[in-house]
Amino acid sequence: MKAQSIARRIACLGLAVAATAAAAGCSASKSSTAGDTGTGASTGGGSSAAGGTFTIWDPYPQFDNSSAWSQLLTKCGTDAGVSIKRTGFDTTDLTTKVLLAAQQGNAPDVLIVDNPVVSTLADGGVLTDTGTTKLDTSTISPNLLAAGQLGGKTYGVPIGANTLALYYNKAILSAAGVDAASVKDWPSLTAALAKVTAAGKKGITFSAIGTEEGSFQFLPWFWGSGANLKQLDSPQGISALSLWTDWLKKGYAPNSVINNTQTTSWQEFATGQYAFAENGTWQLANAKKAGFDYGILPIPAVAGGTAAAPTGGEFVTIPVQDKTDRYTTSQKLVACLTSADNALATDTTLSYVAATKDVQAKQVAANPDLKPWVDAVAAAKGRTSDDLGTKYPKISQPLWTAVQTALSGSGSPQAALKTAQTAAAAAIK
Amino acid sequence: MNSSTQAGARSALKRSVLPQGSVRGARGAAQAAPRRAPAPRSGTRTTNWAGWAFLAPVTIYLLAFYAYPMYRNVELSLRHYTVRSFVHGGAPFTGLDNYRKVLSDPAFGPALTHTLVFTGVSILCQFWIGMGLAVFFSRNFRLSATLRALFLVPWLLPLIVSASTWSWMLNSDSGVVNHVLHGLGIAPVDWLTSPTWALASVTIANIWIGIPFNLVMLYSGIQTIPSDVYEAAELDGATAWQRFWKVTFPLLRPVAAITLLLGLVYTLKVFDIIWIMTKGGPAGSSATFATWSYQLGFGNLLPEFGPGAAVGNLLVVMALAFGLIYVRAQRKQREA
Repeated sequence: MKAQSIARRIACLGLAVAATAAAAGCSASKSSTAGDTGTGASTGGGSSAAGGTFTIWDPYPQFDNSSAWSQLLTKCGTDAGVSIKRTGFDTTDLTTKVLLAAQQGNAPDVLIVDNPVVSTLADGGVLTDTGTTKLDTSTISPNLLAAGQLGGKTYGVPIGANTLALYYNKAILSAAGVDAASVKDWPSLTAALAKVTAAGKKGITFSAIGTEEGSFQFLPWFWGSGANLKQLDSPQGISALSLWTDWLKKGYAPNSVINNTQTTSWQEFATGQYAFAENGTWQLANAKKAGFDYGILPIPAVAGGTAAAPTGGEFVTIPVQDKTDRYTTSQKLVACLTSADNALATDTTLSYVAATKDVQAKQVAANPDLKPWVDAVAAAKGRTSDDLGTKYPKISQPLWTAVQTALSGSGSPQAALKTAQTAAAAAIK
Repeated sequence: MNSSTQAGARSALKRSVLPQGSVRGARGAAQAAPRRAPAPRSGTRTTNWAGWAFLAPVTIYLLAFYAYPMYRNVELSLRHYTVRSFVHGGAPFTGLDNYRKVLSDPAFGPALTHTLVFTGVSILCQFWIGMGLAVFFSRNFRLSATLRALFLVPWLLPLIVSASTWSWMLNSDSGVVNHVLHGLGIAPVDWLTSPTWALASVTIANIWIGIPFNLVMLYSGIQTIPSDVYEAAELDGATAWQRFWKVTFPLLRPVAAITLLLGLVYTLKVFDIIWIMTKGGPAGSSATFATWSYQLGFGNLLPEFGPGAAVGNLLVVMALAFGLIYVRAQRKQREA
């Protein structure tokens, strides 16, 4: 039996390696000895003995073992009487890695994962709900928690949140005679862009790449127009896409936005040539290094007010285990990671906004720069909320394709969104 | 003389033709075993066991790393997998539904065209540029070895480096290519972000990366052509142009065939360059089967393993079809 399971694993490894095997996976035969969760290639040693090793996977490969984050995990482990084996993955790899691990019956004990994936993993039966594991979520802001809810159950605790806003370059705006406070709605923003461009600088940069990042960046405008993800080709939705398309046509935004990730978009802004950049909380540290004076505006809605931006950030979850007695310790670990003091430290490290009002207040007290971000997070909305749940990914993909179609000029905003709506409706049927 | 050069070319071919060479090698070994039999008395059995023992690692390797993944990929494409059934099993068998879904997808037609154009144009350009350089370097002038080594650089660079460099050079606003065009008074081109240019841009990058491979293969092929053939041709008054078309090209044919076949297989599955440079965009205008398959399986928040595997299998079938055509052509040539 043991030999067979090893053979399976070897075969599984081969699968992952196979060049043309696009969708690799192994047959759903769980390891016969559920306790030895440690034999998987990436988890390393581990045993089911009480007070043994608990595995934690996170999407923060930038933190090595000497980082504050890593030390916090170790400390929480020590407090719970176990040792921690932590692995950091690239966030795009993590979902697949977790699915493969869950299939093999050796999912990590604690998983920190990007929020729009939570409902998909929960629907796949990979995650436990907070009722089972007795995690306390009462202090978490409801709009942040919503991303992790499906069918009336909650599947994790947000470790912190980030969202989008507009960074602006103060020098460029004042040189062009634009008052940042006058940017309150779409017409005033477009007018500001026109002035800046007329003054010989570049208007705005954002990311419209053909991945989830593209949808993430488009959503504040889409929602700000009053459109709903259930009807992509509504007149409001078309007006949002037309706004972006017109900016490109008039040269207010560079053509490179079509291929920009949020990182390359930030690099454009950091050249000091751009008046505005749509980017996230996590760039705050980089903004301080940029070497010019910057300000932050919430993204305006079509007729004034703040548009709802999508919430980013990760959830701490507890994947389903064969040995349910492990949940007690896992719950202690999660509670430790998300406790007020530790959350404050973690969110400061990640440049995130905390998920609870108390900790947010502490963050603003320590760093007044965070005030606009805390407001933006309060107005933000989960991508999977509005009861979309697992339907969101199937809508997001046609949406970013439509954005690319319209921006690259291969279709009008109307036609592009109509195609997207047809595709999305067929996919979620 | 003619027959001797042909034999020389054939032995060069044998050296370079991997699939055929390995088949022949296996057959050769099987024939060799009984011939060697006279030596020890109890030989037959031991040799058999030893033979199997030697065969075992490669068989296990092939089964574990080629046959099983292939089988799983086919199985994956014949079932309807959701995230739940992927983890917990019990995905229903749906026959060719995934293939039907893929074939009827609006993205299928463009992806097929892009794959064919990308592969065809890449191979043609790589081959002829490689051929030109190979003939050029075969003259062995001063510094030719150094120059030839420099031409290998694209091959030695990690793909992520060369693809990122290309995407940086071709950037619409800050790229060096548009900067040069601007200097020449030509309007800038949206290399990576316009639907008309995206495929051309990734093809250009891929040609650049593929030239060294063609250069090396064809150069070593030219080295095996004996110089007396050229001398004879020259004595008969053949021009340089004639020497290439009447001597070099025909004698290079076996090497050229394997170069083209390997190039074809490599190019069909090119994924990294396109993914890094354009992600198959904008809106699928540079998506090939390879990037589409990845997009379906891993590029979205919600993986669609079934259709992703189906596209991957179509790619395998395409490569296989060209492989078979090649084997067939080889057999004909040998019989002739």
